[in-house]
Amino acid sequence: MTPISIEAVRARAQADANTYGYNLVPDPDLLQGFLEGLKTNEERYGYPSCPCRLASGNLEIDRDIICPCDYRDPDVAEYGACYCRLYVNQAVYEKKVELPTVPERRPMEKQARTFNAATASQAPAAGAEGKPAATPTEKAAPPSGIEPKLWYCSQCGYVVFREDAPYVCPICKAKREMFKEIKTRIDFLG
Amino acid sequence: MPFSKVQGKNNSHKVVVYALSTCVWCKMTKQFLKDNDIEFEYIDVDMCEPQEKEQVRQQILSKGGNLNYPTTIVDDKTVITGFRKDQLKETLGV
Repeated sequence: MTPISIEAVRARAQADANTYGYNLVPDPDLLQGFLEGLKTNEERYGYPSCPCRLASGNLEIDRDIICPCDYRDPDVAEYGACYCRLYVNQAVYEKKVELPTVPERRPMEKQARTFNAATASQAPAAGAEGKPAATPTEKAAPPSGIEPKLWYCSQCGYVVFREDAPYVCPICKAKREMFKEIKTRIDFLG
Repeated sequence: MPFSKVQGKNNSHKVVVYALSTCVWCKMTKQFLKDNDIEFEYIDVDMCEPQEKEQVRQQILSKGGNLNYPTTIVDDKTVITGFRKDQLKETLGV
């Protein structure tokens, strides 16, 4: 794997903060710690999952905690900082208010999947012990147990293929309620 | 499970920290305990084998914790989630 530099991780985070009107935490030691954690996770899993959450190593399961995580926008809006506190709002950045404690917004069932994935990866593969593997015509469950859907933002048209609609549209900032599911069927012939 | 033990003169409480190796707040919790010379055990859950992770999950939940890090459990009964200096001071009497 290509080595990832702290500077590259910092530049990416800063660019994202600039784009969405946030700031990176002003304390240099905290910031360095967060960036190092992201770098470690990116080198370990191939994606920069939140350094303050346990990742499974399965992209589908961890998708919501890849930094910037799904919960950042509502957390910064409500508390002034994201869960790990890498991203903060202007008041926290200017130290007009203290760095807040942010409760975990990620649903417990999603946290539990991290552990389920770990133990499932030890289970024998389908068909390994006399049990026939699924035929091509059977609908096999995805390895992660997650079935993503297509969602579109009814305000700006942004489309995303995820298990759940985003809390906030990354394009127009519409709330989750503005997302509608696109129901479609894809047949593979021949 | 591979718990690591940090020796300290203040060993009147049994202190166990469930942490992540990448988490700044987990590191600060461990450092706070070291600075106050408190004996404790810790485990970096992200460095565990899959079966060990499941054991950790059961341990944390059985003691009333949730799956956030750091989780500090004092004397098997007091659960402190996150780096809460005030709660640690009060519970550990430092």
